[in-house]
Amino acid sequence: MASSIIKDAKVLMVGAGGIGCELLKTLALSGFSEIHIIDMDTIEVSNLNRQFLFRQSHVGQSKAKVARDAVLKFRPKINITSYHANVKDPDFNVDFFKQFNVVLNGLDNLDARRHVNRLCLAADVPLVESGTTGFLGQVTVHVKGRTECYECQPKPAPKTYPVCTITSTPSKFVHCIVWAKELLFSKLFGDKNQDNDLNVRSSDAASSSKNIEDIFEHSKDEDIGQYGKKIFDHVFGYNIELALSNEETWKNRNRPKPIYSKDVLSDELDKQNGDLDNDNACGDGFSVSAMSSLGMKNPQDIWSLKENSRVFLEALRLFFTKREKDIGNLSFDKDDQLAVEFVTAAANIRAASFGIPLHSLFEAKGIAGNIVHAVATTNAVIAGLIVIEAIKVLKNDIKSYRMTYCLEHPARNTLLMPVEPFEPNKSCYVCSESPVLLEINTNRSKLKDVVEKIIKAKLGMSLPLVMNASNLLYEAGDIEDDMVAIYNANLEKVLAELPSPVTGGTMLTVEDFQQELKCNINIKHREEFDEEKEPDGMVLSGWTQPVAAAENEDKSVSNGANTSDAPITEVEKSENDDDVGIISPVKKRKLPDDSDKSNTADDERHHKKLQVIDDEDDLVMLDGNLDGFKKRRVS
Amino acid sequence: MEKRKEKERKKQEREGGRERKIKSDLVQAVYNRIYEIDESNGSQLLFKMDHRLRLEMNGDGEELTAQETALYDRQIRVWGADAQRRLSKAHVLVYGIKGTIAEFCKNIVLAGVGSLTLIDDRPITEELLSSNFLIPPDENIYNGKTIAQLCCDSLKDFNPMVRVFVEKGDLSSFDVEFFGKFDVVVVSCCSRSAKKLANEKCRKASKRVAFYTVDCRDSCGEVFVDLQDYKYQKKKMEETIECHLKYPCFEDALSVPWRALHRRMSKLYFAMRVIEKFEEVEGRSAGDVSDADLSNVLKLKKELCTAQSLNESHVPDTLLERLVADTTEFPPVSAVIGGILGQEVIKAISGKGDPIKNFFYFDASDGKGIIEDISDSNIGN
Repeated sequence: MASSIIKDAKVLMVGAGGIGCELLKTLALSGFSEIHIIDMDTIEVSNLNRQFLFRQSHVGQSKAKVARDAVLKFRPKINITSYHANVKDPDFNVDFFKQFNVVLNGLDNLDARRHVNRLCLAADVPLVESGTTGFLGQVTVHVKGRTECYECQPKPAPKTYPVCTITSTPSKFVHCIVWAKELLFSKLFGDKNQDNDLNVRSSDAASSSKNIEDIFEHSKDEDIGQYGKKIFDHVFGYNIELALSNEETWKNRNRPKPIYSKDVLSDELDKQNGDLDNDNACGDGFSVSAMSSLGMKNPQDIWSLKENSRVFLEALRLFFTKREKDIGNLSFDKDDQLAVEFVTAAANIRAASFGIPLHSLFEAKGIAGNIVHAVATTNAVIAGLIVIEAIKVLKNDIKSYRMTYCLEHPARNTLLMPVEPFEPNKSCYVCSESPVLLEINTNRSKLKDVVEKIIKAKLGMSLPLVMNASNLLYEAGDIEDDMVAIYNANLEKVLAELPSPVTGGTMLTVEDFQQELKCNINIKHREEFDEEKEPDGMVLSGWTQPVAAAENEDKSVSNGANTSDAPITEVEKSENDDDVGIISPVKKRKLPDDSDKSNTADDERHHKKLQVIDDEDDLVMLDGNLDGFKKRRVS
Repeated sequence: MEKRKEKERKKQEREGGRERKIKSDLVQAVYNRIYEIDESNGSQLLFKMDHRLRLEMNGDGEELTAQETALYDRQIRVWGADAQRRLSKAHVLVYGIKGTIAEFCKNIVLAGVGSLTLIDDRPITEELLSSNFLIPPDENIYNGKTIAQLCCDSLKDFNPMVRVFVEKGDLSSFDVEFFGKFDVVVVSCCSRSAKKLANEKCRKASKRVAFYTVDCRDSCGEVFVDLQDYKYQKKKMEETIECHLKYPCFEDALSVPWRALHRRMSKLYFAMRVIEKFEEVEGRSAGDVSDADLSNVLKLKKELCTAQSLNESHVPDTLLERLVADTTEFPPVSAVIGGILGQEVIKAISGKGDPIKNFFYFDASDGKGIIEDISDSNIGN
């Protein structure tokens, strides 16, 4: 089987995680002998259940390097080059990509996937892309000019929640988690200078926001037990009382119940102080645990309100006594045991107050950490399918290219479903150089807003350059100091007042040299924007936008990023979790159906037809329109 | 009358529409890649977990250790802690180890079964080495050892919480009592009669033993599943429902007349039966065929098709040619089949999710992975 096409091929693998380990093994067995592999991650215990090239003793080491060494043990004669680095590093430029015959992705985040897609397009190297979640998986092939690129299809934006749901009217456990993690945790242990809706909202009625601020401030001489109790009573008691006073809110909702520490813990509070010196069992840093100092073991247990309250106070105390130097610059990390304990307890107490079922630490950690579940078998299947596609690509067997879906519940009797790839989307700004349209108030919005909210967040450029005709307005990256000053000044100017003014009818050119991506933005001036529906104060169109998952009532909070002024539309997810790719099909998503094309409608997509490969006598046509696949029998 | 018909039709359309909607959601869902668990997904997850916790209270009460919870974190989030506990008590036997079985072994050792027993007394050959990542290609290591011993050494290392054993002997030499010690038996690289015999013995055991056969040739693979009388749980919309399936044994499945099978039956099913039969009548061991046998294999195909009144076009010569010419396993296909088989065994042990009934086919040349139900009860459907 190891034909010379395979033997002579030079392959780049991006990602040495769940899919990566399986892929590297299958490539080596299949006769590939020149493989380069990039991964910035190091090995963690929770990887070992599926990333079979890694052992307990490798925890903390580079995934790419350990994977290489492990595969060389059973295929010593092949060449594997490993890079413990971020694929977005400038070293991995277009020239680097050009040396490969095919690029295979086993990535875990949208950002890196988009980046690799652009480099593959620029270098004209075919890309085989993949993803798994639980028992679901998919493999797609992207060849410039032949098939759609990775970005031709809209990618759903992560879920965000309206701020008021989080601060005042939670109805689901996840709302309590987001509150505990993004508001309370950040308020107590995060950057003090950051805007935080916890005090904004909790002081809606009060004019004395200064007062509220003081409550969270811990003075040196304040007894930590008393301080914890004060915070507890403020956020779970006083704030709820305050919210209850607004009768309007509770007309059609269940009224929450204020919870005070003295009611829950009664006599135990004094004992808590007794534990103060009993800290020898806990280690430093991430190993500090309220659970272990309280003698609780099973993360699958659902704690009572009382237990949650004890964990809350104990975790708070441990942060201030054992992790004092971290306070002020912590952000939630799912691998930080104490942080997970604190957030679990806080979310549960809030849930109890609002009559929402409580959850175990294990479950809370999954929700708070956005942990994507993963198993070895799906990764193995997907890796096999990637290699099958890679071989077709090397043979230039274009007609046989397939996107394949690995399903949990077989559609009819099909468990692995191959589908012909789409054609490139002519309105894709990435692979078709089609211009985009930006509606914006040119007299009010600053260049900075365009760079941050549009060029970086929406267009996915990391080091952009912005030009108005031949005038350079802004350039990121390695530039001279005097230019930095000019560009920084430009960033703060509104569009119409730039040295070369940007007004309605202007065409901006933005470019990212690393990605070799250039995009034209047509500017259309618009005076007013709907604060609720268009919180950015600008609207980008002309290509298929991500499906907006936000319930945009006003500002919104997402489960997974810092709260800031702007709603988070695209959360970078570059933590160590691998295999993120797709979602469970049992999950209900709000899909715009035929009667409602308002959000994502892009009629141009109708031109595509997707054909399910099936037996000759029973062809099934799927319409490629993303408003939903419509099945049609063709006789 | 007309109105009622019209109503019926509309109702059907609605239902059909709903089915399509579900399917379109599914395809859409699979198509889009979601990078964060969002609200509805989160609540699904919670639902699963609520359900799991209820089960746990009724379960045997043993808890997973902290070490297990840490190691299996990501998969417990897929199948729940009670499934993980059942896995850790399950005993699995494999017979005949080539690339696909090596893949399968890796998958279930990682998943954390209680024990895995390996049987394959063959010494290392170039072919066996080529598809098996469990064996280092170093004569100093593999000399004098059997395949099973070498694989055992590697697999132990994958997951210290799984016990891996080696047994010796021919498949036919093991008795009912031996098979009865296992919860799952997987056989590969053996003749049709040996498969039948092992399947029979598993069925005679005092407790239910899930039985699987697996074969990969060229870029094709076949899995057979016998779960006997099988009850399991699955989720339908928001509810967990009990399901019940009755499986035929290998012999009964194979004796279903070809004519009775549905028109679009996977061609691989017939092709595999032809080759199996050829090896049987020629007294060959499994996989011991080559190009030179092609004309005789094609002759046998003609005979079988005539005897079974099946149009020969259902068993293309080109397919048989592929299967005869290259009996070595194609590693990507081994990965796919070994993955699917691993998933099925995990389902059977945990009693969760729809299992395959009762054959699975994958052919890399068209990329389809198809489930076929070949049993008496299914005739004419």
